[in-house]
Amino acid sequence: MSTTEPQSTRSVPKPVFTDAEAGALEFPSSTSRSYNYYTPAKRRATIYEDVTVDVQPDPARHLSQGWLYGFSDGVGGYPENWTALKSSNWHAFLDPNEEWEQTIYRNNANIVRQVSQTVANAKAAGSFLSENVSWLGVVEKHISAMAHAEHGIGMYVYTACQRDAPTNMINNAIAVAAAHKLRFAQDIILHNLEVSEQVAGFDGSAHKAVWQSGGEWEAVRKNVEEITGTRDWAEAYFATTMVFEPLVGELFRSHFVMQVAALNGDYVTPVVVGAGEADVSRDRAAARRLFRLLVDDPEHGAANRATLEGWLEKWVPASVKAGRGLQPIWSQVPDKMITFEESRSRAVTCFTGLLDELGLNYAKEL
Amino acid sequence: MSRASITKAHQKIQELSWEPTFVSPVEKFSTDYTFEKAKKKDPLKQILRSYFPMEEEKDNRVFGAMDGAIRGNMFRQVQQRWMEWQKLFLSIIPFPEISAARAMPLVINTVPNPEVHNGLAIQMIDEVRHSTIQMNLKRLYMNHYIDPAGFDITTKAFQNNYAGTIGRQFGEGFITGDAVTAANVYLTIVAETAFTNVLFVAMPGEAAANGDYLLPTVFHSVQSDESRHISNGYSIILMALSDERNRELLERDLRYAWWNNHAVVDAAIGTFIEYGTKDRRKDRDSYAEMWRRWIYDDYYRSYLVPLEKYGLVIPHDLVEESWNRIWNKGYIHEVAQFFATGWAANYWRIDGMDDADFEWFEHKYPGWYDKYGKWWERYADLSKKNGHGPIMFEGDKAEYQYPHRCWTCMVPCLIREDMVVDEVDGQVRTYCSETCHWTDAVAFRPEYNGRPTPSMGKLTGKREWESLYHGWDYADVIKDLGYVRDDGRTLVPQPHLNLDPKKMWTLDECKGHTMQSPNVLLNQMSPEEREKHVAHYKAGGPAGRPAPQEASA
Repeated sequence: MSTTEPQSTRSVPKPVFTDAEAGALEFPSSTSRSYNYYTPAKRRATIYEDVTVDVQPDPARHLSQGWLYGFSDGVGGYPENWTALKSSNWHAFLDPNEEWEQTIYRNNANIVRQVSQTVANAKAAGSFLSENVSWLGVVEKHISAMAHAEHGIGMYVYTACQRDAPTNMINNAIAVAAAHKLRFAQDIILHNLEVSEQVAGFDGSAHKAVWQSGGEWEAVRKNVEEITGTRDWAEAYFATTMVFEPLVGELFRSHFVMQVAALNGDYVTPVVVGAGEADVSRDRAAARRLFRLLVDDPEHGAANRATLEGWLEKWVPASVKAGRGLQPIWSQVPDKMITFEESRSRAVTCFTGLLDELGLNYAKEL
Repeated sequence: MSRASITKAHQKIQELSWEPTFVSPVEKFSTDYTFEKAKKKDPLKQILRSYFPMEEEKDNRVFGAMDGAIRGNMFRQVQQRWMEWQKLFLSIIPFPEISAARAMPLVINTVPNPEVHNGLAIQMIDEVRHSTIQMNLKRLYMNHYIDPAGFDITTKAFQNNYAGTIGRQFGEGFITGDAVTAANVYLTIVAETAFTNVLFVAMPGEAAANGDYLLPTVFHSVQSDESRHISNGYSIILMALSDERNRELLERDLRYAWWNNHAVVDAAIGTFIEYGTKDRRKDRDSYAEMWRRWIYDDYYRSYLVPLEKYGLVIPHDLVEESWNRIWNKGYIHEVAQFFATGWAANYWRIDGMDDADFEWFEHKYPGWYDKYGKWWERYADLSKKNGHGPIMFEGDKAEYQYPHRCWTCMVPCLIREDMVVDEVDGQVRTYCSETCHWTDAVAFRPEYNGRPTPSMGKLTGKREWESLYHGWDYADVIKDLGYVRDDGRTLVPQPHLNLDPKKMWTLDECKGHTMQSPNVLLNQMSPEEREKHVAHYKAGGPAGRPAPQEASA
């Protein structure tokens, strides 16, 4: 039933024609339509640069009154001495992935869709049930155990480090890497949940004991915990991206899981792990650019190289040991399509390639 | 994902944490709070598999609106008076946002609850989103609004401007000092839970009334993330309350955080809403009315007061005094007047108030005209170039005594009778209020009420902006700040909205006037001179009117 009662007069703001759009008048600076307080890397500033550069102030640039709050020792802001590395211009680093909010959500949402559709398809096709039983054991114990390492790096290495670096560009790149790792860890463990709901006898919580007390993963856990225990953000970032990832993370993910999963009837795990690998590759591009800038620094390059080589001495043995500790897992799949040494050789090639790129030496045997 | 699926998935991801046995995460940050007895739970129940697509959808709506605004020529209907204040607001806000991202490790590092760590990590990503989406909004304004000057220098100006500095403490307060004080009580319990209501809800409403529907689009999208952050904060404060030893620290931090947020946010947002609008409908809410609804009722009465059941002492006196400052002491009006007084050191233009404004103010704040009306009339007169200097240097004509600055909140001591003067750390400092004095002299110290508080932060920096330029010619100050347009002489700031180049102020009109720091001058005085000066200052006002020469407090 309709009503004919008159409505009271509504109070709403009145539209007003103001003609306040660009180009309506000419006056000084009427065409000044780019941020003018920094020099873009190329002729025209990118959206990434515009939304990232100088958002985190720096007393060496525009911050005239200094930091207004300090810790109990009076030090505030983003002290450069929170890392042993030095730069004549920290602001030279720009994320090669140009991550800002739109890329973060587009990329990660795409991965979520990719994984979700693959899992839904596998469930509909009943393909979890046709996976090799021995392989399901690897998924149950070891791939799921790897999720802990990914989570630990995301939460207690990258998330922690994105507070510390001297520029917004570095910190944002690390924050995005943290988001990747946390999502990847959850993807693995939620895949575990799916399989445990589909396959009778699949122990969805077996990974906890494997990670916490299992022999294969003990050195990996030690390696990750030691990185989380590192105060120097650049050291933790270097030990993760340039040492742990090639010698442990990729050894297991790229050079084992991605090689053998499909052959054991599992096409879901490679989608999940492949997405994680793509993240690592993307995030490594940022790390490579940062450390490249630091070793090439005209003023501090040599000292930085020495510091990084010192960190190699400290972290490579830990990651080599962690990688070697995983060797028994290679024997747990029925069809050995790839041996541990072949996988390791590929991982070492990747690692030494990174060292070559940075001009770093590591004399000890890998 | 269905709610049942999310709950199950959320339970599952809890399996990812573990108790380290070789090395625990390094203690990068410290707190004097203790969480040994705390119960642990994560009220957020957010997993990244549902989070990313949800945020992507929100983004799509934001970017769709941006395209629509451009295609629909939104800028033909935006009020310049409003847009000019966005040059200040949008220069400030991306920094607190990104600071909130940086603050998350402080609480992750010090609050031993892996469940809540998940929520905090998602907040970190949210805050990167907020910072960059706001920078992008500003970029759009710069490209499409009639006057890009001020937007084009945005983050540099934020970092060298007195008003930017007031806003900057809002972000810096999140990332330094005692980790829980900074990243939980100041950031989440007070700033996000209370003051984002006026920042991200009340202000966008005013933007829409001034023809700008992009600010509401972006900021409501941001605000929809804030509710999750509030859950993070609440979870941690409940953990803290489970240990009696934290009570005294919580009460200290609530007092500091409440008062600083009031001093800073109400100063800025109150000014934007009351003095940046052209919407003078008498039935639209004033800032005071909005504050009463969003802060007093929705936060104080509905969120803060219920914490009393846990035995926490709530700073009722400070909440009431904040209201007293807004309603009876003219806090917002005094701040807006100060911004306009210092217009030439800004990077935005400030429109004068006209008869329609006067009528609205008198309706909303009875007695307003007697206090502030005449000054705004003089502002209008002195905004026209006519051989005089900027109003700041026309103290006699304007009847305005340039104010001392509060050492703590860095908003000037505008409620003159409330100013506190004390020698702290070997320097004579001025404070806008007893609470700001307490914050510097008592709260931010390594001992509190006789107990060691070694994690507590310090107030640092060159906190009085004017002291940077003490003795400088004013034209040189503006050049040094970089607030000059591309012809090399016309100022970015203007005391009016007229873009006729002949009417616009240039460096020439600012030459020959000397900048002076009230704090430097105060410290140069003998104790007797200082006492007399302070008494005279405190007898002044409202509206910055100097007291008669013989008057004293």
